[in-house]
Amino acid sequence: MEIALYKVEAKATWCPGCGDFAVLRALQIALASLELNPKDVVIVSGIGCSSNLPGFLNSYGFHGLHGRAVPVASGIKLANHDLNVIIAGGDGDGYGIGLGHFIHAMRRNLDITYVVMNNQVYGLTTGQAAPTSEKGMLTKSTPQGVLEGPVNPIALALVSGATFVARGFSGDADHLAKLTEDGIKHKGFSLIDIMSPCVTYNRQNTYQWFRERVYRLEEDNHDVLNMDQALKRSREWEDRIPLGIFYKDTKPTYESGEQVLKDMPLVHQPIDRTVELVKELIQDFT
Amino acid sequence: MPLPKSEVVVRTAGAAGDGIAATGETFAKVCSRSGLHVFAYNSYQSVIRGGFVWLQVRAGRTKVQSHGAGTDFLIALNSRELERHANDVVKGGGILYNKDKVKPKPGLIRDDITQYALPVLDITAKHGKNPILQNTVALGALVKILKIDFSVLSGVLSDTFGSRKKAALEANLAVSQAGYEYAETFETVDFALDLDYNTRRPVMTGNQALALGAVAAGCKFYAAYPMTPASSILHWLAATSTRTGILVKQAEDEIAVLNMAIGAAFAGVRSMVGTSGGGFSLMSEAIGLAGQTETPVVIISSQRGGPSTGLPTKTEQADLFQALGASQGDYPKIVLAPSTVDDCFSSIVEAFNLAEKFQVPVIVLSDLYLSEHMESLDGIDLDFSIERGEFAKPDVGSIDSKNGFKRYAFTESGVSPRSFPGRAGTVFQASSDEHDDAANIISDVFTDEEMRTRMFQKRMRKMERILPELAPPRLEGKNAADLTLIGWGSTYGMIREAVSTLGEEGMTLNHLHIKYMLPFHAKQVKEILESCRNTLTVESNYTGQLSRLIRMETGFDIKHQLLKYDGEPFYPGQIITKVREVNN
Ligand SMILES: Cc1ncc(C[n+]2csc(CCOP(=O)(O)OP(=O)(O)O)c2C)c(N)n1
Ligand code: SF4
Ligand SMILES: [Mg+2]
Repeated sequence: MEIALYKVEAKATWCPGCGDFAVLRALQIALASLELNPKDVVIVSGIGCSSNLPGFLNSYGFHGLHGRAVPVASGIKLANHDLNVIIAGGDGDGYGIGLGHFIHAMRRNLDITYVVMNNQVYGLTTGQAAPTSEKGMLTKSTPQGVLEGPVNPIALALVSGATFVARGFSGDADHLAKLTEDGIKHKGFSLIDIMSPCVTYNRQNTYQWFRERVYRLEEDNHDVLNMDQALKRSREWEDRIPLGIFYKDTKPTYESGEQVLKDMPLVHQPIDRTVELVKELIQDFT
Repeated sequence: MPLPKSEVVVRTAGAAGDGIAATGETFAKVCSRSGLHVFAYNSYQSVIRGGFVWLQVRAGRTKVQSHGAGTDFLIALNSRELERHANDVVKGGGILYNKDKVKPKPGLIRDDITQYALPVLDITAKHGKNPILQNTVALGALVKILKIDFSVLSGVLSDTFGSRKKAALEANLAVSQAGYEYAETFETVDFALDLDYNTRRPVMTGNQALALGAVAAGCKFYAAYPMTPASSILHWLAATSTRTGILVKQAEDEIAVLNMAIGAAFAGVRSMVGTSGGGFSLMSEAIGLAGQTETPVVIISSQRGGPSTGLPTKTEQADLFQALGASQGDYPKIVLAPSTVDDCFSSIVEAFNLAEKFQVPVIVLSDLYLSEHMESLDGIDLDFSIERGEFAKPDVGSIDSKNGFKRYAFTESGVSPRSFPGRAGTVFQASSDEHDDAANIISDVFTDEEMRTRMFQKRMRKMERILPELAPPRLEGKNAADLTLIGWGSTYGMIREAVSTLGEEGMTLNHLHIKYMLPFHAKQVKEILESCRNTLTVESNYTGQLSRLIRMETGFDIKHQLLKYDGEPFYPGQIITKVREVNN
């Protein structure tokens, strides 16, 4: 399908040069390539610069609360598992305030794709420390440098049961589009952590900084079915930063194990015989 | 011939882990299958083993509306509990206990009470060491004392254990029969209930009725995080899920619970959550999200003793203002409080219809006493319809474009026809940010004051349409009374009982019970109250939250208040005492 089908009239409101443009573009290319009808796609987000993405993509969308995109998306998927559900958001949204939901979603393994625009800072609130900010980073909220170590989303995803774990980079657009497509195609919970530079508030982890360090896993003899290798690679950061798929697994999805969903999605199940059902259930109480 | 009595009150007291709840349920069903109305209340603590637990079943030929006060028969499962409860037994009543375990101190049990010492060890020896069997022995004996046919008890036990737990059933049948036969050696007491084995009413808790209401309403998604006293909604819905087709999800916390339910509702299914005050606090932000995105969802909050963790297993009605004030900003929402078990059922059906017709969150406030007490029902109202509100027509041929469909179209009623993902021609994005009628965000770049104002008014207009759909409040009892009692939620039964007891003594009282808290029938309530000679609110909280709401909405000052916040429900006697005091 045409990429234009996934565009809207509104112009994206990000700062010129923001990494999130590339993520939007990658999603549009992936959806077109997978020939998904906009009416069958739901994109869910929280709050942040990155969480504004659904507004710029032509599909159903739910732009909810800061940190709560994951449970909203889970509810949508459980109600209608025929839909293609994608979550888009920031590192603060997903790895800070929403971290608990993120971990539980991975162990749940619904067939959802989670695209995180990781800029290692809080963009929308004008540049405070994020849970991904590097130790020592100077931000508005940490004028003497961040004292905590950063979360490692890839390692967390690996140990939490995500069945597709990948890292992309906004500075490598084609690679990112392919990763996004693979993630959407994957049956199960996919995490794509995307290094998506904030050109306004993060002067440390810039495009240039990443370009000097990134390499592609698929070109470096990495076995995506090997958890030990994946865990080892997930800890690389300072000098070499891996991009691509770390790990893939084919565990059954949550929805495939849910008895109530075995015939059809919840939303298509009729609700016109409830009186008979109640009359039957009431026997249990006499 | 003993005189037929109209009611009996039986209390079982022991420790947590003694199986008291199950014993109480069995006895309640036995009474119900003997044509009696029942009402049972379980008083327990937040420990799994130990603590003080007592369960009181009151059964009568006519509708009983509270668990009553004076105990006719006490089943004491240990000496400590015998000491605590012996004096609550009325003159002419009886106490049953396991004589191997319980040795009453001389003088503890008054002379006007009959002692039934049961040789439990002898009776249960053949059936293994399960200590819970002592309850069944006592039940057998009690059924005999009350002159109920043994087949009723054996029938309830058979249905409870079913064919799956054969060994347990056999043991229970044998020891209950032995208890029953042993009781033949007791001297007969002058106690016989007016029984009718042909009438059988269902017996259920408020929570079970709320859950059954969800089934009736066509709810398809229920999410929860365990929290007393709402957990038994989760348990029952999970246990029946494959029969009802309701997807039940225990989520990681209450924030996830409500956000999931909102997601499911946005995707087109009827969805509900249940919690208590602490979990409700965590849900607050998402309640506003439902209001702002106009997503219908039903939220049950069953109140317990606060503040904070408070009294996890005790009753209170102190979360009214929490419900009214939940989440930032002004937005349309409905808060209602059922008062009886059958009202719990109907209220959920009503809540779903209101939620979907007006695309708003509906908060259903219960409390521990209402949620957990068991009551026999004369029948539940199955004459209802499922009203899903207005949907936009799917436009199959069209090219989907986000800017084409006016999800939040300006209408006179404020309700805009909705749609959900998967439908052709209605692609849109719901947003927690302020948006225009085509769902485009107006919070960034250009706030558009005029659009903001119109959108706000559109949402809030729904509140004006909701009020006339809610049954107006009405006075129960005579119009001209010396005193009007006012309550909400679970105090309904006790107030009714106090009113009728005092009525028999010649006092003229009436009763106003408020169900709809938001929107509020300000005009009607004001008119009613201004016609009253004297007013008294009865509430389980410290600050008189209903009185405050009434004053806020109507300007009317309620004269007297009876407030209780010790964790236990009101007794009709407490209300009677207060009424006598203010009526002097
Ligand atoms: C409950 C709550 N707390 C705080 C905020 C304010 N807030 C909005 S976005 C944001 C951080 C966004 O950071 P991130 O998710 O990394 O997105 P980015 O802007 O960097 O893309 C915060 C703290 C909010 N909207 N809601
Ligand atoms: S502030 Fe940073 S993250 Fe936000 S739009 Fe600008 S560049 Fe992007
Ligand atoms: Mg960020």
